[in-house]
Amino acid sequence: MKLSGAEIFIECLKKEKVNTIFGYPGGVVLNIFDVLYDDKDLKLILTRHEQGAVHAADGYARASGKPGVALVTSGPGATNTVTGIANASMDSIPVIVFSGQVPTLLIGNDAFQEADIVGITRPCTKYNFLVKDVNDLSRIVREAFYIATTGRPGPVLIDLPKDVTSGKADFLWPEKIRIRSYNPIYEGNRWMITQAANEISKAKKPIILSGGGVILSGGHKEVKELAEYAQVPVTMTLMGLGGFPGTHALSLGMLGMHGTYYANMAIQNSDLIVAIGARFDDRVTGKVDAFAPHAKIIHIDIDPTSIRKNVRVDIPIVGDVKLVLRDIIKILKEKGKIQWVEIRKAWLKKIDEWKKERPLTYQKDDIVIRPQFVIEKIYEITKGDAIITTEVGQNQMWTAQFFKFDKPRTLLTSGGLGTMGYGFPAAIGAQLAFPDKLVIDIAGDGSIQMNIQELATAVIHKLPVKVAILNNQYLGMVRQWQELFFRERYSYSHLDVAPDFVKVAEAYGAVGFRATKPSEVEPIIKDAIKIKKTVFMDFRVNWKEKVYPMVPAGGAIDQMLYEEEENKPEKKLRAVK
Amino acid sequence: MRHTISVLVENKFGVLSRISGLFSGRGYNIESLTVGETIDPQISIMTIVTTGDDQIIEQITKQLNKLIDVIKVTDMTELDHVEREMVLVKVAPKQEDKAEVLRLAEIFRGRVVDSGLTTYTLEITGDEKKIEAFIELIKPYSIKEFARTGKVAISREGVKKK
Repeated sequence: MKLSGAEIFIECLKKEKVNTIFGYPGGVVLNIFDVLYDDKDLKLILTRHEQGAVHAADGYARASGKPGVALVTSGPGATNTVTGIANASMDSIPVIVFSGQVPTLLIGNDAFQEADIVGITRPCTKYNFLVKDVNDLSRIVREAFYIATTGRPGPVLIDLPKDVTSGKADFLWPEKIRIRSYNPIYEGNRWMITQAANEISKAKKPIILSGGGVILSGGHKEVKELAEYAQVPVTMTLMGLGGFPGTHALSLGMLGMHGTYYANMAIQNSDLIVAIGARFDDRVTGKVDAFAPHAKIIHIDIDPTSIRKNVRVDIPIVGDVKLVLRDIIKILKEKGKIQWVEIRKAWLKKIDEWKKERPLTYQKDDIVIRPQFVIEKIYEITKGDAIITTEVGQNQMWTAQFFKFDKPRTLLTSGGLGTMGYGFPAAIGAQLAFPDKLVIDIAGDGSIQMNIQELATAVIHKLPVKVAILNNQYLGMVRQWQELFFRERYSYSHLDVAPDFVKVAEAYGAVGFRATKPSEVEPIIKDAIKIKKTVFMDFRVNWKEKVYPMVPAGGAIDQMLYEEEENKPEKKLRAVK
Repeated sequence: MRHTISVLVENKFGVLSRISGLFSGRGYNIESLTVGETIDPQISIMTIVTTGDDQIIEQITKQLNKLIDVIKVTDMTELDHVEREMVLVKVAPKQEDKAEVLRLAEIFRGRVVDSGLTTYTLEITGDEKKIEAFIELIKPYSIKEFARTGKVAISREGVKKK
């Protein structure tokens, strides 16, 4: 029996075990929406903006490890997904976006709601397709899921012209798939792996740099095993947080521009960096020429282009980090008894000294709420057992610093692209993947307004997502840079006219709370968690607060600014560019 | 350093744009690019001439390999290989120079592929040096139109990496 393209599309999603998609209807995708109307097994979450749909699919994917799916219409529907797609691309998240397209005969005619979305998204997808024949549809969907989820994952877009979804074809599902020009490498090179193991056992001051690839590959157990077995301290990139327990004695927390003093010092003084699924972003390395001057670098990554892109690498290993780490651990264990604890004693002692010298701190305050205090309280009250999403800026950095992530897939944050407005829709996606888990978006008053319309989505689907707004009435990170590097000229970073977030929440049918004093913080968080509804918490925080430590852009990562230098004018001068 | 990179790709629409987009998006330079079908009509071959230091060339070949539609990338510069390109040039020499133009074509083993009342169209094939030398010599004879293919390259039999 022949099915319509729309029916084939739905069958394909079921074959891929998709039960939740995010989307927004429009003219040329009505064929599909009409089939969805009767379907009992496939749930479409109607967001209030296509960008929200893609971020929600992305959050769903990050939290669950399964691909996220979005369905939108042509033209503006499709172009609204671009930020979400670029965001998923930078952070290697398997998101599959289906966009409607005008009928094939009209393509190129500047038809109503036509956009060349395949052309527009070419540089920010892992791959994209324009389906020209309904007979190709099922194979293309199969290939799209395969490409999105294998190798280094990433977003894939499929453009569906209207006549393809209305056309008829037999539904043929290719069980096995092979793309001759796409063969990701999973097993690492044996010789390189042996070299790596040798270096790890020879090193006096080694450090593991664990990135987002560890979480994507599910290699967190292996990282822990390697760290504990060979007594190697671990620092993480923003994307890597949760890949190694933040409460572990060997954890140094995050490194880089707003990394901990001890992580950055350890990197700069190390003699061996074992970089695992990390890509040496400029926010991690600071000034590249001054990065880890004494260290050999082992770089394990499934994407060959990540290796030697930004930093020199001594031992490159292309492969799946989980498999490669298993091999390295095996070789290390075969080496027989090595007195790891003895060998590492001096190095770990040095790191302990750094930890004591400059721990992460902030000013305690009885009068004004400090934003870090809010995050510490959320951590204490939840005992770390929550899925945390963030927006971008100060809220994101304080979360990375003050919330200790012990498990992978519990921090969902826009790392590469730095997308304000990501956290709230991502929290909605995560909540749909895990209806019984506590999901909290830690936001700023700027970021939350970038996708605030998704309150409607959260409320209508009864999603008990919590949003903690660290409200300082500024674009805080922009303000911080302006204070430090632009002589306190706060050009267009003051959000003095802001909505009443409590009333906004209530207007949408959610619950709103406000805290203006430190003593109100804890009760409000506890109440918000108790209520099984969407809750906005408006924390009025100290507007002058800055994220420290901080490496000024272009500086070496051990050249940090610290909070206690706040009032030393000569130190401030150093930072002025 | 200048590199000639040979790329086997799926013969699909959009592939050229993926490749050129990779170069423009990452700030790499394309000096010349040729595309044509191979014996297998599903596969095309591109020959790209680009310049960069070792790190850039390494990134270019890796990034090319990463594209889903790319089947194989060969940096010809690392191999013993043959390179050719072709120019078509329409010249309008003065009456007294016509013989000289024809002689030049002969010296470069070119051919006259079209001749009119006032013009000759010459075809010259060769490696870059030869083509450049020919262009230098033909310039004084009033070039009306000029078309150059860009390089194609192929490895010699049984060669290993240099």
